[in-house]
Amino acid sequence: MNVKKANRISPLVKNLPPSGIRKFFDLVANTKGVISLGVGEPDFVTPWHIREACFYSLEQGYTMYTSNWGLPELRKEISKFLYERYGLGYNPENEIVVTVGASEAVDLALRTIIMPGDEVIIPEPTYVSYKPCAVLAGAEPVTVQTSYENEFKLKEEDLNEKINSRTKALILCYPNNPTGAIMEKEDLEGIARIAVQNDLIVISDEIYSELTYKGSHVSIASFPGMRERTIVINGFSKAWAMTGWRIGFAAGPRDIIEEMVKIHQYTILCAPVMGQMAALEALKNGSEEVEKMVTQYNQRRRFVVSKLREMGLECFEPKGAFYVFPSIKSTGMSSEEFAEELLKKEKVAVVPGSAFGRSGEGHIRISYAASLKNLTKALDRMANFLDSLNKNIVDRVMEN
Amino acid sequence: MRKEILELLETDSKLTPYQIATMLGMDKSKVEKEIETMEEEGIILQYSTLINWEKVGNEQVSALIDVKVIPQRGVGFDDIAERIYRFPEVRSVMLMSGSYDLSVEVTGRNIKEVAQFVAQKLATLEHVQSTVTHFVLKRYKQHGVILDKKEKDRRQVISP
Repeated sequence: MNVKKANRISPLVKNLPPSGIRKFFDLVANTKGVISLGVGEPDFVTPWHIREACFYSLEQGYTMYTSNWGLPELRKEISKFLYERYGLGYNPENEIVVTVGASEAVDLALRTIIMPGDEVIIPEPTYVSYKPCAVLAGAEPVTVQTSYENEFKLKEEDLNEKINSRTKALILCYPNNPTGAIMEKEDLEGIARIAVQNDLIVISDEIYSELTYKGSHVSIASFPGMRERTIVINGFSKAWAMTGWRIGFAAGPRDIIEEMVKIHQYTILCAPVMGQMAALEALKNGSEEVEKMVTQYNQRRRFVVSKLREMGLECFEPKGAFYVFPSIKSTGMSSEEFAEELLKKEKVAVVPGSAFGRSGEGHIRISYAASLKNLTKALDRMANFLDSLNKNIVDRVMEN
Repeated sequence: MRKEILELLETDSKLTPYQIATMLGMDKSKVEKEIETMEEEGIILQYSTLINWEKVGNEQVSALIDVKVIPQRGVGFDDIAERIYRFPEVRSVMLMSGSYDLSVEVTGRNIKEVAQFVAQKLATLEHVQSTVTHFVLKRYKQHGVILDKKEKDRRQVISP
């Protein structure tokens, strides 16, 4: 009996580390009066006209399965969106699939292209899902570190070092969670060249693309030779504040997307129709609301960066997403210690950078998807916290 | 630049020029100067607070009054509008299209007070043809703000 039980769980799953933020989540959830700057989703509720479109679709009886690929009208709008915003051309008939959030698209992409032993390169700090998804798909994740000095951009030379004959794919996520880094045209050029030279597939998670505050978002799929090897992933969660609806999509060359749809069809069948109807409304009539939210994020972004610098934390200017990733190395604490102490002493929750990989150590992730009022309060408390740390250091020096 | 400053101040008049400058990525002294100029030009009229008086237990009542008037030669509606808005009981006066001319908001301590104002002061004004009084029973949204917000932050406290 015991022997059997020991074998019940696949070692592949058993050996997956629990999410680095899980422990911290429990700690925060058990503390009262916390202001959380640790939330990775918009503080806005989905714009009313989008919610309203969903009610209407239910009234009209849209409660059935859709095509495995997603509603044709929605795919058409997605195709239009990708073209108008990023100059990407995809056929809505067979090059776009609607998924259950961008997360499903990442999983589908990996499972479609990976053969056992393939290596997948993942720049760190990274969103927490890529490595486990790669492992579950049978790949060996290979991390490449990015650094504060380079504004957490992926550098050609660092990428080159990690490439060998087994390298199959590269996962990019820019604008980046957790650092807020973006990759501009000149940054992506070299990466694209390397991908072409080494015949890599690029899985480009562009979920934060609309939240770009300097210049406009550039997709790596738009570079020469990249369209045929890039799976562009995006969705409605961030820009339209639709996280709970779970609607995302993947666009790419037909041969890959068609195979992705096979897995999707056998495991998910189709993304929920209510969410798809809402997403359709978002694309058709949502740009004004998006613009309003982006304006607010941008204002808060400037505010938070300037506050952090005022309190003496080194902080590069994050140009996308809704995160700031300051260095806390000057305190001499590890990111986990810093986050725990800050929570205990001042009841402000941030996520330790180490939860996102080795090069996240020495940093914390601050989400500015929070009201200006809460940001102000939380940052004041954080300044207090740093003051008391400095005072402690001075006291200790005096004692000696 | 003006539009951006004004939009921020309209939602939060407590913001300091320094905060506004930071949020807009501008120079503090420039923002200060711009605000001052707009005050002088009568663009910024007042820094006020939106209050949900109901919660304070204030028994004040308001009414919206549709006023039909006979416009006067040369001055049109402006003259009569001015005679109306000078009363301290009057909170706002707007010229309307449609079946009446002026929409007048009046507040008072109770219904009787408002009714008396309408009957004695407003309806008796020369050139006022008729009035229709609508008492406000409940306010749901004012100046773009929902007074009794039902939507709370329902997010998980930490998420990746």
